[in-house]
Amino acid sequence: MKKIAVIFTTLSMLAAPMLSIAASPEQDLKNFRDHYTKLFPNIAMDDFGNGVYAVDKTSRDQWEAFEEFPPYEIYVDKGEALFNKPFKNGKTYASCFPKAKSGIKQNYPYFDKKRNEVITLELAINDCRKKNGEEPLKYKKGPITHLGAYIAYQSRGKKGNVKIDSSAESMKWYNEGKRFFYAKRGQLNMSCADCHYNNPAKKIRANILSTGLGQTTHFPVYRNKWSVADKGGDGMGTLHRRYGGCNKQVRAKPFKAQSREYRALEYFHTYMSNDLPLNGPGIRM
Amino acid sequence: MRHTAITISTATAIAVVLGSLSLSIPSMSQAGSSAVEEGKKIAFDRKKGNCLACHQIEGGSLPGNIGPPLVAMKARFPDKNVLKDQISNPQKNNPNTIMPPFGPHEIMSKNEIDKVVEFIHTL
Ligand code: HEC
Ligand code: HEC
Repeated sequence: MKKIAVIFTTLSMLAAPMLSIAASPEQDLKNFRDHYTKLFPNIAMDDFGNGVYAVDKTSRDQWEAFEEFPPYEIYVDKGEALFNKPFKNGKTYASCFPKAKSGIKQNYPYFDKKRNEVITLELAINDCRKKNGEEPLKYKKGPITHLGAYIAYQSRGKKGNVKIDSSAESMKWYNEGKRFFYAKRGQLNMSCADCHYNNPAKKIRANILSTGLGQTTHFPVYRNKWSVADKGGDGMGTLHRRYGGCNKQVRAKPFKAQSREYRALEYFHTYMSNDLPLNGPGIRM
Repeated sequence: MRHTAITISTATAIAVVLGSLSLSIPSMSQAGSSAVEEGKKIAFDRKKGNCLACHQIEGGSLPGNIGPPLVAMKARFPDKNVLKDQISNPQKNNPNTIMPPFGPHEIMSKNEIDKVVEFIHTL
């Protein structure tokens, strides 16, 4: 099964229609946005960051009830405690993220010219730990989502501000991410775009599909599915955890959280939601 | 298809000889309807066709709506082979379709696809 999935992934990477690698990031962003505003002329731009709730009234009502006592609140508090707790060497995360309290999430991910790679918030958290002699955290759930929830919370209302560096290496990452979004993969042969670009607001079985625009603004996210059905889970998960889930749905082998593939995808995907207000952590079904 | 027809007439002939026509006719129609029944199971099975993910189909609950409702299939597809092509390899009709390539990617076996075609053609 696994083997088949891998083979089809490589095969279908070759055929990614609707994809013009030549377009500039600015042009991509404009096209991406226009696509959704044409489909949903009555949805205010900022509302796209609310995912399914922007396109489905019933889900929105449930969500608004949920937000009265948000299940992620305790994780924001846990994250704050972690953030301020000294490492063994006496320093704290503030030594790596001096501006976290005034909001830094909107600037992630970014391309680091010296390292020649895309740096996500989660990667930067673990870099900080390593620099201070601490073990790295796991990337999909647990404490990294609590820290992420706290950091995201400080950026609420700030607009996404991802910058696509124009250097050749950065553009390579960007184009890899873009290709990932549009390429069919897995035994079921579907792309992210098949579901979230071509069929937003439609139902796949009982699930309503969110728009690709606004999908990154609210991570980490709390999902019931991740607390009840998940061993040792507390409901919280990172964006890369979600990527893995969406890859598995189409019977493709997921990549590792913080792999080059997912970081490249995040670079493209988050840039597409630039200028939307950040609203993490979020709650999703 | 022709093979089935021959089997039917042979069976009928035997039945006539045996003088128990009334017994053999129900057993023949059971064979036909069981392919349809099996096809329905395979079509609804989340690990096989999972057609309800995208299509409304009579008798199935919580359908998606990415694809068109599967109704009037006999009228839409008078030729069963065209229907079979659409189900087995939808990319033939629409290279960028979201509908999975059930045949080429071996999501269902040939035999399973045949049964699904039998079922869908009854809609
Ligand atoms: C088979 C359909 C399908 C495919 C293909 C798919 N997804 Fe999803 N995705 C879903 C469903 C269903 C959900 C849950 C409902 C929703 O929020 O859209 C979801 C949710 C998400 C979310 C969470 C949205 C939120 O508001 O929290 C993200 C992010 C996401 N998908 C990204 C992707 C990416 C990136 C890809 C490609 C690697 C992808 N999806 C491929 C079906 C799909
Ligand atoms: C992920 C979505 C998806 C799944 C799963 C899916 N389909 Fe489809 N189907 C579509 C779409 C979309 C179309 C419209 C034509 C196109 O884009 O290829 C379609 C078209 C069809 C048509 C042609 C309908 C017409 O009136 O022209 C038939 C028949 C069909 N599908 C049968 C099936 C069967 C049988 C299954 C399961 C074995 C199935 N589909 C699974 C999405 C899907």
